[in-house]
Amino acid sequence: MLTKRIIPCLDVKDNRVVKGINFKELRDAGDPVETGKAYAEAGADELVFLDISASLDKKKTVVDMVRNVSKNVFIPFTVGGGIKSIEDIRDVLRAGADKVSLNTSAIENPDLIRKGADIFGSQCIVVAIDAKKNIDKTGYHLSKAGGTIELDIDALGWAKKVESLGAGEILLTSMDRDGTKEGFDIELTRMISDAVSIPVIASGGAGKAEDFFEALTKGHADAALAASLFHYGTLQINDLKKYLSDKDLPIRC
Amino acid sequence: MKIGIIDYGAGNIQSVTNAFGRIGAECVLSGDINELLRCDHLVLPGVGSFGAAMDSLNKSNIKPIIEKAMNDNIPFLGICLGLQLLYEKSEESPDAIGLSVLNGVIKKIPSRCGIKIPHMGWDNCILKNEGRLFAGIPKDPYLYFVHSYYLDASDKTMVTAVTNYGVDMDVSIEKNNFFACQFHPEKSGDTGMYILKNFMEI
Repeated sequence: MLTKRIIPCLDVKDNRVVKGINFKELRDAGDPVETGKAYAEAGADELVFLDISASLDKKKTVVDMVRNVSKNVFIPFTVGGGIKSIEDIRDVLRAGADKVSLNTSAIENPDLIRKGADIFGSQCIVVAIDAKKNIDKTGYHLSKAGGTIELDIDALGWAKKVESLGAGEILLTSMDRDGTKEGFDIELTRMISDAVSIPVIASGGAGKAEDFFEALTKGHADAALAASLFHYGTLQINDLKKYLSDKDLPIRC
Repeated sequence: MKIGIIDYGAGNIQSVTNAFGRIGAECVLSGDINELLRCDHLVLPGVGSFGAAMDSLNKSNIKPIIEKAMNDNIPFLGICLGLQLLYEKSEESPDAIGLSVLNGVIKKIPSRCGIKIPHMGWDNCILKNEGRLFAGIPKDPYLYFVHSYYLDASDKTMVTAVTNYGVDMDVSIEKNNFFACQFHPEKSGDTGMYILKNFMEI
């Protein structure tokens, strides 16, 4: 049976993992390769690397990192952050990434999704959707720049559109919950997951093991992602997977 | 011992090379037929669509390699789309003719309630017919998949692993020196490395 995936997200700046992680065994907790390997050994099903560097040679740094990770980590990984063109997608995939995650660039240029899927296949085009609840609570809209800029685009409509353009997966982040540790936004996750027939990764708000269970059951998510919870060792991936497996969810462990 | 990875312009093939490197194999990633002919093992990787991949394969003129592998019993491994290409036809690209080394049809995974497409993630497989790729691997291994089309082999005796995703799928086959798997061993962690090692030692 296809298992639900648990995915740690690593924020990377200038080839360094930004939030240091609490793995005692690690020689260098800031090294994306070491960190990725440690997560893979702990049972992570996939990894997401989100590059947040703003330097001029950003692209070269990212491609170098992808190449190193790919030589050492043998589970699938997605790379996001500043991927703007077909050439960017090609460079990152050629360096060994399995998928790219498109966010603002997809909103500004939806054709990038279609072209990317045509050339490289839907399976490697992930669209990241940062959603916020409407003020009147009737639905959700998109935001960008870490939730600071609100966009007049309906999140549900956008999710259906990215699927029709050829996206192979949606990385859905609740910007209302992100960083709060109050749990995933189950209503949002379920609404999007039920509206599309591609996998949906729930993100934003994970604070404890129960939150993952809720997202993967009531939220109908195919996978769940978290960052600081795993980085700071608040929750160990193998403990989380055992908890979910004991509750009869299909989990690889 | 040299492993030739057939480069016909398909996407992410770096990870296949890296995985063989990890288990200590000497690897050549090449689209040059003479260079590939000097290899002891051949690997046909691939992601993307059946038709586009067959176009590239036809243009790159590597078909003689497949004949050579058949005639000389060179161990040959197709991965993901590389499995599908060994068959005659795929519902993905009805006009394209595959390499036709094996008989069977590649079908679309039926979409129905609760079934997300692509079939993406770790799925456990049931091993059958004592496949050599799986020698020494504990039963029902978890392997990583990303695909929207699947094999329904006409000859089930060559099927060495199956799984179910709304429909029964044949996910690994073995016939003489030909091996192929729908999952990605190069992305399936330690179990995947073990499978590649088994292939290398054939």
